[in-house]
Formats: sequence, C-alpha cells, structure tokens
Amino acid sequence: MDDDRLTGAGRPIRSGRDGISDSYRPAIRATTFILLLSPPLASCSGVQSALDPAGHEARDVANLFFVMLIGGVAIWAGVVGLLFHAARKRKPYSEKGAGWVILWGGAVFPTATLAALLSYAVWLMPNIRPWFGEDAGVGRVEVTGEQFWWRVRYLDEGGAVAFETANEVRVPIGEPVVFLLNSPDVIHSFWIPVLGGKMDMIPGRENRLTLQAEKPGTYRGVCAEFCGTSHALMAFTVHAMEPEAYKAWVAARRKASGGQDQEGLALFLRHGCAACHAISGTEAKGTIGPDLTAFGERGSVGAGALPNGQEHIARFIRDPGQVKPEARMPHFSMLEEAEIDRIAAYLKGLR
Amino acid sequence: MTMELGNFSPEERAAQEERLRKVWETPKGIRYWTSVNNSEIGLWYGVTAFAFMLFAGLLGLLMRLQLAVPENDFISAELFNQAFTLHGTVMMFLFAVPIFEAVAIFLLPSMLGARELPFPRLSAFGFWSFLIGGVFVCGSIFFNAAPNAGWFMYPPLATDDEYAGIGADIWLLGLSFIEVASIAAAVEIIVGIMKCRAPGMRINLMPMFAWYLLIVAGMILFAFPPLIAGDILFEMERMFDWPFFDATRGGDPLLWQHLFWIFGHPEVYIIFLPAIALMAMIVPTFSQRPIVGYSWIVLAAVGTGFLSFGLWVHHMFTTGLPQISLAFFSAASEAVAIPTGVQIFVFIATMLAGRVIFSVPMLFGAGGLIIFVIGGLTGVMVALVPFDWQAHDTYFIVAHLHYVLIGGMLFPVVAGIYYYFPFVTGKKLSDAWGRTAFWLMFVGFNVTFFPMHFSGLRGMPRRVFTYPEDIGWDWFNLISSIGAFVFAAGVATFVIDIFRPKQQPAWRDLNPWNSGTLEWTNDPAESWGMRSVPIITSRYPLWDQPNLQADIEAGRFYLPDAKSGKRETLVTSVLDAKPIQCLRVGGVSYVTIIAAIALGGVFIALTFKLWITTIVFAIITFIAIIHWLWNGTAPIPEVPEIDVGLGETLPIYVSGPASVGWWAMFITMVGDGTAFASLIFGYFFYWTIHDDFTTIANGPGVLWPVAALVLYVIAWVLTLLARELNEKGPRGARLALTAALAVSIAASFAGLAGPYLHEMDPTSHVYPAIVWIVAIWTVTHGIVGAIMQGYCLARSITGRMTAEYDQDIRNVALYWHFMAFTAVVTFAVLGLFPLVST
Repeated sequence: MDDDRLTGAGRPIRSGRDGISDSYRPAIRATTFILLLSPPLASCSGVQSALDPAGHEARDVANLFFVMLIGGVAIWAGVVGLLFHAARKRKPYSEKGAGWVILWGGAVFPTATLAALLSYAVWLMPNIRPWFGEDAGVGRVEVTGEQFWWRVRYLDEGGAVAFETANEVRVPIGEPVVFLLNSPDVIHSFWIPVLGGKMDMIPGRENRLTLQAEKPGTYRGVCAEFCGTSHALMAFTVHAMEPEAYKAWVAARRKASGGQDQEGLALFLRHGCAACHAISGTEAKGTIGPDLTAFGERGSVGAGALPNGQEHIARFIRDPGQVKPEARMPHFSMLEEAEIDRIAAYLKGLR
Repeated sequence: MTMELGNFSPEERAAQEERLRKVWETPKGIRYWTSVNNSEIGLWYGVTAFAFMLFAGLLGLLMRLQLAVPENDFISAELFNQAFTLHGTVMMFLFAVPIFEAVAIFLLPSMLGARELPFPRLSAFGFWSFLIGGVFVCGSIFFNAAPNAGWFMYPPLATDDEYAGIGADIWLLGLSFIEVASIAAAVEIIVGIMKCRAPGMRINLMPMFAWYLLIVAGMILFAFPPLIAGDILFEMERMFDWPFFDATRGGDPLLWQHLFWIFGHPEVYIIFLPAIALMAMIVPTFSQRPIVGYSWIVLAAVGTGFLSFGLWVHHMFTTGLPQISLAFFSAASEAVAIPTGVQIFVFIATMLAGRVIFSVPMLFGAGGLIIFVIGGLTGVMVALVPFDWQAHDTYFIVAHLHYVLIGGMLFPVVAGIYYYFPFVTGKKLSDAWGRTAFWLMFVGFNVTFFPMHFSGLRGMPRRVFTYPEDIGWDWFNLISSIGAFVFAAGVATFVIDIFRPKQQPAWRDLNPWNSGTLEWTNDPAESWGMRSVPIITSRYPLWDQPNLQADIEAGRFYLPDAKSGKRETLVTSVLDAKPIQCLRVGGVSYVTIIAAIALGGVFIALTFKLWITTIVFAIITFIAIIHWLWNGTAPIPEVPEIDVGLGETLPIYVSGPASVGWWAMFITMVGDGTAFASLIFGYFFYWTIHDDFTTIANGPGVLWPVAALVLYVIAWVLTLLARELNEKGPRGARLALTAALAVSIAASFAGLAGPYLHEMDPTSHVYPAIVWIVAIWTVTHGIVGAIMQGYCLARSITGRMTAEYDQDIRNVALYWHFMAFTAVVTFAVLGLFPLVST
C-alpha cells in the first residue's frame, strides 16, 4: 500500500478539510493496524473500496468511519462486559444502584455521545456537499443510467454536449466535477466508492453530485440501486488523471475518428451496428446503445461484464445475453465467425 | 379488594370442570380445523410463520451458495433476483410480523387472565388469510413467477410488465391480503389488552409483554395503511395504466418510496419491540426479581414507537432530497437509539439487581443482545448522512440489518420458544440440544454476517447475483457462505429439538421456571385457559399473591363455571380493570375459513386478471361475512345478566363505548383513516412537484363534489338521528335509516359524477388519476356505509336490534363519523382546493 493513500496527493480546495483528516491520522493508523488482523483487508486491490479513498468526500467519510469504529468497539465491549458482570456477580446490586445504571448507561451516556457524533456529521455535511445552491464545479458531466450501462456526456462551458462516451468516467484530480445524474428507464444509483458516496438516478428528476479526486489512478464505479436482471453487471471505469493529461485527453477525444481500418468500419456499418451505436467521425450515429468512439481504450466490454479484449468483444457480439442476461443488445450469432472477429478487432483498435 | 372467594366441594368442582371442558372443547378429526380457540390459532399461526422462515432461510442459503465464489453460475440471475426478493419479503411479511401475532394470540389471554381474546373468529379468519396469502406468494417461485424487483418493489422497475411480470402482482395482492390479516390481529390485540384484563389488573400492573404488544398493535394500525394505500396506487398503475409512478405522465417514483418507508421503518420496530417484550418476560424470571425501572421501559417503548414514524427518510438519503431535511431525519434516527439503549439497560439493571440463572432462554437472550448491540452501533453509523452515502445499498447494510433483526428478533424469539415451550406442551426442551443450537447459531451468524461489513465498505453493492474476482471481496464472501451453513445447522438443531419425542415430566409442574406472571397458572392439558379469572393486585401475582395458583385451580374466582353452555370471558374497564361485562365470544365455525378462502380467491383471481372469477369470489366473501355478522355478532341474550361468581352479576350485552365491538370499529377506522390520509398525502405530494397541478387536465368541477359532500353529511346526520330515534322505538329509526340509505346511494353517484362528467382520463396524467382514486376510495366507503345502514334496517325489522339492544346502530353511527370526515376532506380537496390553489 503506498502512503499517498493516506496523505492525499491532490491539493485541497477548501482549507480546513485537510485539517480534520490530519488530526485523525493517528486514529486511522491505529485502526488500520487492528484491521490488518483480518488478512483480506490488507490486500491492495481497493479499486472500489470506500476504505481506500482517492477523493476528498471518501476520505472524510473513511475518517468518520474509523472514528466511529473505535468508539463502537469500545461501547460494545463496555456493554458486553457489563452484561457478563451482571450474570456473574456474587451479590445483587440494590435497586437504586441498578436504576443508576439505567440512568447513566442507558440515557445520559448515549444522549451525550450521539449529540457529539451527530454534530460532527452535520458539520461534515456542508463540507462534502453544499446545503444550498449550486456547486462551484469546474467540469460538468452528464451521466445517464440505462439498463445496464452508463451514457456519459461531457458538457462544455455553455452546457452543451461536447462529446459522448460510455461506461467510463474521466476526471481531473484536484478539481471538483459536477455530475448531472438521470435515467430514462428505472432507478439506478451512481457510485464511485473511492471518490465519495452515491447518488440515485431517478426517472423524471435530475440529481447532482460533486466529486473531487485527489489521487490519480484507475478505479471502479458501479450501479448501487437494484435495476433489473443484470444489475450486478453494471460497472464503469474511473480514471482520475493529472489535469494536463485530462486536458490532453479531452482535446484528443474531441478529434476522435473512426480509425484507419476501413474494412472493419464497413462491416460494422453493413451489419447495422450503427442503428444503435455511434463512432465519432463516421456515419455511425446511433444513440440507443453506448457510444463506441475510442472503444479500444475502455476498461471493459459490456459495462464491466468482461475485460476489454478482442475475444471478449467477439463473444459479446455473438450473444450479449449469454454474458449479460437481459442485455438490450440483440445477439449476432448469425454472422460468420470471421466477420464477428473482424468487427471485434476493429473496435479493439479504435483509439 | 376484600371479597369472599368462592368455595366449592370436589364434586361441584368436577361438574364445573366437565361443563367448562365441553364448552371450550377443541373439535376432533377434520373439524379440528374449524377451531377458533386462541391456543389452536396461536399455535397454527406460529408453526406456519416458522415454516415460512425456514423456507426463506433456504433461499438465503441458495444465495450464499451462488456468492461463495466470484463469477459463479450455480443459479441464474433471474432465479437469484427472485430468491433475494422473496427472502426479504417472506422474512418480513410472513415471519417476523406474523410470529408475534401468533405469540400474542397464544399468550395474551393467559397473561391477562382472560379465557379468550374478544374476537376469536377474527383471529381464525386472520390466520387462514395469512396461510393462503403466504402459500400463494411463496409458491410463485416454483413457477418461475416470483416477485423479482426487491422486497421494496421500487417503480418503475416493478411497474415494468416486461421485467416484473406477474410476480409484482403476486407481491402486491398477496401481501395486501396478508396486511388485512395483520390489521385484524392488531384490532384483536388492542381490544384484548384494553378490555379483557383480569379484574384489578390496572393498566400500570400489566405485564411488560402486554404493554409492548399494545404499542406494536397501535403501530401496525398507523404503519400498514400507508403501504396498503401505496399498493392500491401501484396495482392501479399495473392493471389499468394509471400513471402514479410514471414520470413521463406527471407521476413520481419517489411517492412510492415515501409510502413504502413510512410503513417500512416502523415495521422494523414492529418486529423488534415484541422480541424485547419476550425478553422483558424472560429476564425478570431468570433474575428472580421484578423488572427494574418498569416506568423507564414502558416510556422507552412508547418513545421508540413514536420516533419510529419520523425516521423513514433515512432509507432515502441518496435520492437527492434537500440536505436540510436529511439532517433532520438523521437527528431523529440517532434519537431513536436513546430509548433503545434505555430498554437494553433495563435488562442489564434487572440482572444486576437479581440472582441470575443462566439457562438456555437466557443464553439466547444474552447472545441476541451481544449481536443486537453491534447492529445498533452500525445503525448509529448509517443514520449519519455522509456515512450512509457510502454505506447505503451495500453489504454493510446487509450486515447491519441482519445484526439488528437476528440479534434483536430471531434470538429473542428462540429464547421465547425455549421459555414458553413448557407453557405450550407441559414439557421442557433439552438443555444440551439448546446449548448446541445456540453455539452453532451464534458462531455461524457472526461468521456469516460480520465479514459483510467489510465487503460492503470495500464497495460490494447489495442484490448482485455475481461479482468480479480480485477486487477484494472473494475471501469475505467465501467466509460468509461457510458461516451461513453453520448458522443453518444451528437452526436445524433447534428444529430437531422441538420435534424430537420427549418424555413426560415425572411430576406436573405448571411453572417450571418459577415465573411471576399469570400465564403460568394455566394447565396446557386443558383448553379453557384460566380455570377461574382471578383478581390481580400485583405485576408478578405468582410471586406476590399467596396461594393464587391453588385458588384459581379451585375455581374460587370469577367465571368458575359454564352453566349457559356458551364461551364466556370477562370484560373490564380500560384503565382500572373493573368487571363490566360477561362477554360471549364466538365458538368453532366454518364461516371464518370460507370467508378467508373466498377473500383469498378475490385477490388471487385479481392477480390473474380473471374478472368474472373475482366477482364470484367477491360475492361469496360478501355473503360469508354478512352471514358471520348476522348470526355471530351481538345476539340478544336469553337473560340480561349473568352470575359471574363471587356474588356478582354482570350484563351479557353492552353497547356503545363500553362494548368491545365499538372499540374494534373505532380502531379499524383509525387504520382506515390512515390509509385515506396517505392517499391525500399523495394528492398534495403531486401538487408540490407540479406548478400547475390542478390545471394540467380537466378537474372534477365544483358542483358535483360539493353535492357529494352535502349528501354524505346529510346521510351522516340521518344515521345519527336513527340512533337517537331507535331508543324510542323502531318506527322512527327505520324511517331514518331508509332515508339515510337512499341519500348514501345518491351521494355515491354524486361522488363519481364529477370526474366522470368532466371526462377525466386517469391514464392521461397523474392529476385525473389521483382524483379518481380518492373519489373511488370515498365512494367505496360510502357504499359500505350504505350496506351498514341496510344491515341495521334489516336487524331492526327482524327484531335483532331493539331500543335496548342497539350495538349495531351504535357501531354504524361510529363508522359514519369517520365516513363523514372522509367525505368532507375528499370533496373539499377535489372540488374546492383547485379554486384556491390557482
């Protein structure tokens, strides 16, 4: 585990936030040590873990959790200890003494503790998400949850769609990004655990979520609200990038083309893929399914159903329902194997 | 109370017992199933609920098998989604709530010193409804037709025909049917606790269990109706395409979430409080002293009940509601931990002040407490908004809710079964088996659910049928799956212990744990319950009232005999339990089964959209219920008063607020009014999300709603007039009732005329849809009110209702108070609100 995880590589936007985590850093270390007793937890594959934060909201919440964990363990041990004592003691307490236990243990102590904890959390809330008004987010990204994939549209300063992609979110580190969340079909929930909490995508409503990445890396987000048969296979890749790299990617993405492979593109168009899918710079302008521009760069096939690779793409084209039950895309098993492979190779080659 | 106790010779006592035995006899053979006695109904209820629990547990094991390793294909996504939906649904609706209705029906009469609860046939009807509905819902999975949208059934997923298919209808209709049974049980429990306590058992001498059940039944009354209202909206959308939750036509999926969780959160406490109630009986017994802090725990329980209605939004922290309201509900959610803490500390304090005997029931109780405290602490965590944004809909919540429900409910229930087994059968369960079962369950539970805290925080969402390997969840899931089977082995050990043949104890010991409460005076071999109804002067009468057991068994108190050949129990006043009536309760009957089967038929036929069959079953239901009421309720007794022993005579027939029927009507209508309020809440909810709500489409106009309002008020006044005139003789009453009936029918037409004549199309937009549904609700109630007026008229004409025996008209007048209120609100909102809202 590299130590950046705890220090946070990104520059804090608002002062004070880092101060909180600083004061609890020893607590985090201590708890981490306790948790090391549980070997699986020590693994470093926390690409989707709220306990391996890479963004400011996730970090604040992880700190909150570790504080509560220590307090919770202490309270639990106290109650259980008292229970054992009550069962084993030699001489019964007086009724007055027992009443005192109810008053202080059952009423006064919980009230005081909860009041303190609640104040801490309520004070934390506006730090994470504002009480009123608009977020001062720099970038704006509209994400639409659909059964069972993510439509991702990057908006320009005027709010118009600059370009569209799918099942992948890229954010610059150190800058708050506003996600505009909605859904045309059922309720989904947009969640990138390493960056922060989730927000539901509800038909007829638009929710907003501001996240700020602090540590560059490749992470994973998922749908957190049950949305149908393949809810389990609705993930997306998250790239937290250095601002310069992000800018370069945006520029490249605006100029993306259909690639050099004219034969592959021709097959793609001939078999009707363009009815649903779009590839920038080509005649493929379908909007029903995911945009496939620069598909070769994507982390997965079918919104996290399979790793990205030519074989997997071919398998998905042949029969999406076999990989991802009830996926909306029809199967193309009637195509010749060679053609499927050819299309798969074409898609994998798109940059 | 100084009073001469009865004194009977052995021969007299034998004759009394013979008569009691005959009156309270349980039928043999196939007619056994027509029994309505609380000890049979309670037992059937409990066994059925437990069987549903085992079934849902097997579904849980199925899920754990699938999730044992990543990318598993042991079961399909479709089956997995049905399995988790049914697991949650069955555990909540078919086990956790009914098991307490079962325990309450079984135990309450004996605890309160009553022979029987006031409406035994209603209990029987509730049980049969529960059985039919439950089998219908569970059976669907064998036809691959089970509900599959999660136990919370969020639209638009659950309103999507292509996805949810018939499963959603099975869920909505099957469970609505069971909710009716739950409300019936709530009415029975509330009236039983308030009116059927032994003489002298003032409200502050009630056993803790009765306090808790009173609170819980009250909560059912306010928590279930919003769900029923939601179910109605939901089913109208599914069947007739009325767009309540369809955002494209003005609806909003969030309304369902509000209605569901206004039910769903109190539901947690409806499940949890009765389990605490069992602990409140067990802990004093095994500490061999009265509970410490009786008023603390009663106030805490009442407080928990109230607060539980103000927490529902904490299930919706991620829906994008304003932060300020999130903070409010977060604070309320934290606050509920305080009365919960008080209750736990009352138990610990009782143990501290007593000499603790650590038997199997205490083992399960303590184990449950140790688990529950963890669930409570994680509850405090997830009640904090920022933490919930991360934890919501992850395995952390799965862990949390199982810690709460298994620690707070299943373990105490098992403790209760070990404790009360001798009360039910006269035999104890095995200590050795019990300890084995406990350790398997305790260890298995923690191995299963503790790792889920971490898999959840490491990002694993709930309700996933599979997960990728190497993102840090593999080990947690494997450990959880292994633990699940250890846990299941513990449950199996417990079940075997129950069914294993047991030796008859060497001597008759009615009170093997040396408990202090009244139920332990009952002999499980006899079906009469209390041999005679004692006078109570203490919270722990068996500890504090010398010779009580012997006096009860010698028939020295009230109702030692059954000379009239009818099932009789005492009714006492609400607060200080003074005897006021000798109530005759219903005996064995087929009509309850027929009514339940017919009503079940209505719901099942509706599921399959078999309209004709639905109507046929509805007619059978109607006839069965009228038959039941006509012959079974408020019969005019052969003598006005009866000797109840101890030199006292009491009336057999009372009416108005003194009678149990009046209370049942009142309580039912409170629940009914809550459902109505939920629909009105829906109307205003839509109004708040649309700027131009009442002008979006045609409204019902002003004329017809106002006409309906006025006519309903006239019908109400005429009903009250009939009640008054009835005291002077039948003629005026019959005239007034006839007029009331005619006006009620006219009012019903007027009620529907507004939306009908203004051609409001309920499929076009949510505004006409909600107007129609509110109007239909009220008109349906108007028609029921008209039927009641006709019923009273018929009772009067046939001489079954007279100036002296006027329970029918008094209860109907009470109904009409609520009816008039409903009508005024309905038509003022539909007809007049649009005038001021624009």
